[in-house]
Amino acid sequence: MKQVFKRPESMADKPFHFCPGCHHGIVHRLVAEALDYFQLREKTIGIASVGCSVFLYDYFAVDVIEAPHGRAAAVATGTKRVLRDHIVFTYQGDGDLAAIGTAEVIHAANRGDNITVIFVNNSIYGMTGGQMAPTTLLGQRSTTSPYGRDNQRDGYPIKMTEMLAALEGPSLVSRVAVNTPGNVKKARKVIRKAFQMQIEGKGFSFVEVLSSCPTNWGMTPVEANQRIADEMIPYYPLGTLKERELVDSF
Amino acid sequence: MSEPLKKVFTKGNEAIAMAAINAGCRYYFGYPITPQNEIPEYMAAQLPKVGGEFLQAESEIASINMLLGAAATGVRVMTSSSGPGISLMQEGFSYFAGNELPAVVVNMSRQGPGLGGINATQGDYFQSVKGGGHGDYKLIVLAPHTGQELYDLTIKAFELAEKYRMLTLVLGDAILGQIKEPITPWIPEKTGGDPDRDWLITGARGRAPRRITSLFLADGEMEKHNWHLQEKYARLENDDVMFEERATDDAAMVFVAFGSVARIAKSAVDQARAEGLRVGLLRPITLFPFPRRRLAEIGGDCKNFLVAEMNTGQMVEDVKLALPGDCEVDFYGRPGGSVPTPEDLYEVIRETYEKRVLDQ
Repeated sequence: MKQVFKRPESMADKPFHFCPGCHHGIVHRLVAEALDYFQLREKTIGIASVGCSVFLYDYFAVDVIEAPHGRAAAVATGTKRVLRDHIVFTYQGDGDLAAIGTAEVIHAANRGDNITVIFVNNSIYGMTGGQMAPTTLLGQRSTTSPYGRDNQRDGYPIKMTEMLAALEGPSLVSRVAVNTPGNVKKARKVIRKAFQMQIEGKGFSFVEVLSSCPTNWGMTPVEANQRIADEMIPYYPLGTLKERELVDSF
Repeated sequence: MSEPLKKVFTKGNEAIAMAAINAGCRYYFGYPITPQNEIPEYMAAQLPKVGGEFLQAESEIASINMLLGAAATGVRVMTSSSGPGISLMQEGFSYFAGNELPAVVVNMSRQGPGLGGINATQGDYFQSVKGGGHGDYKLIVLAPHTGQELYDLTIKAFELAEKYRMLTLVLGDAILGQIKEPITPWIPEKTGGDPDRDWLITGARGRAPRRITSLFLADGEMEKHNWHLQEKYARLENDDVMFEERATDDAAMVFVAFGSVARIAKSAVDQARAEGLRVGLLRPITLFPFPRRRLAEIGGDCKNFLVAEMNTGQMVEDVKLALPGDCEVDFYGRPGGSVPTPEDLYEVIRETYEKRVLDQ
C-alpha cells in the first residue's frame, strides 16, 4: 500500500497538548512541512516564545531556544548573525509579539534581519487564561475586558501586518488563516514562501496566521472557525501586502 | 598569559574592548549610554576587521536577548552598558542563569537612582551580586581597579563564563572607563570554547535536537535545576575566588574596598603604614564569589575592619556576614556623586585606628 500522508520529518513523534479545535497544531504542521520541503530540518533553529507555543521544542525535531516573553525576534537576530547559513524562525503569539515584544519585532523587521517570523493571532492571551490582547476585537469579551473591549479605554486592535508592511526591511509580509481547508492550502504556500525568502537571503519574512482559541472564546471548534470568517477576517483582511521577487519559483 | 603585545596608552573602556577581541569575542550587541560609549565605538570600528560583527540594538532589552541568541551557539559574545541599561537587562540576566548560557556583560556604572549622573559610583553592588532579576541565581562578578586589570579580567570573564556556563559581569565605573593609562595587552592561549560542547545550538545535523530552556514544569524538575545551579555557585567559591591582600599579616586593622575605591585606598593604606599604623588591605576581585572565607580567617586574628565604598553601605553587609561576630566593622560611604581622595581615606583610617586600636 502506498503511503500518501505522514508526519513531517521536522516534527517530533509526540501528541499535541493543545486544546481541541486550537489552530496551533495546524500551524506547527505547516511550518514543519515547509522545513521538509526545502530539507532544512538539520540546519534550522526555532525560537520559541512565551504562551501556548512555548512547547515548540517538544513538537519540532529541530534545535530550539526558548526566548523570554516578547524577545524572540531579538534572540533570533543574535542567533542568525552567528549562524548565517542556518535557518532561524520565531513562532510567537499575539500577546508575545504585538504587546510586550512590539519593539523587538519592529526593529528586527526594519533591519531586514534574515529570519522568518510566524505570528499566530488568536485575539486573546491563551495560556494565561483568556485575558485581553492588543489584537482583541472591539466589543470582544475577555477576562480583563469582561464588558467587551472599549476603544475609549483600551484602544483599537493592532494590525501588525499592516504596520510591518510599511517598513523597508521585510521581504514578505502576509496574513493568512487556517479556518477552512482552502485557507490552509493558501497558508501552506505563503509559509513556504516565507522560508524561501530566508533561503535566498531576501531578509525578514513575516506571516500572520489568524487562529482560533475555542477554550478562551467559549466556543466549540466549529463556532470558533466561523468566528474567524465572520469577525476576524473582516477586521484583519487576508493577503500579502509586501513581497520581494524570488529567484526560484515553486 | 601567553603572548604579550606592545604596550599601549589607552582608556579603560578601550582596554576592555581590545581585550574582548583578543579573547576571541567576534560578536557585540549594544546600545549607547555614557560613560561606556568607547566600548561599542571600538567594537564597531574593529570587529569588521577581524571577521566579526557589531550590531547596535534598539534597546538594552534587545541587546541582552541578541546576546542570548548568539551565546546559545557557543561563540564568545559581549555587551556593555551602564546603570539604566543594566537595569533593563535584568530580565535577560535571569534567563541567562536559568538557561545556563555563557557571555560577558560590562557595567561601567554611573550614579543613580534614576537617570542619576554620569560620574563614578559603586551603587550597583547589590544589583550585581544579589541578583537583580527574578529567581534564585548569581552572576560571576569581577571588579577591576586599573586599566591593566580591566584588560586582564575581561579575558578572565570569558574563561569563567565558559567554565561555569554563566553570565560574567565586569563591574567597573566611570573613572575606570575614562582614565587613560599604559597597559600591556596580551593574547590568551584559548580564544574560544570547545566546539564539542553537548548543548550548543548548531542545527540538529546527525544528532538529536537540542533545546535551551529555563522552563521546568514537571514535578521536582525545577527544584533539581535550582540545586544544580547552587552546586555550580559552590564550586565557584571553592575554585575561583580572587582577591588581593596587602600587609594583613601583622595588621591591627584591615581596610576592605573594591574597584576604584580600593585603588585610592592603596595610597591611603601606604601612607598609614609609613606613619606607623598597622593597617592592611583586602581587595575583593571577585565580588561573587565573595572572598568570605579569607575574611573569616583574617578576622580570627585581626578584630578591626574598615570598609569604604562609593555608596551608602552595600559590600559592607557581606563583610559583616563573613567576619566572626567579635569583629568591629566601621564604614565610610560616599554615595554616587563624588569620589573620595587618598587624603579623605587616610583621615578615615587614622580616626578609625585611633578609636578602635589606640584607645582600646
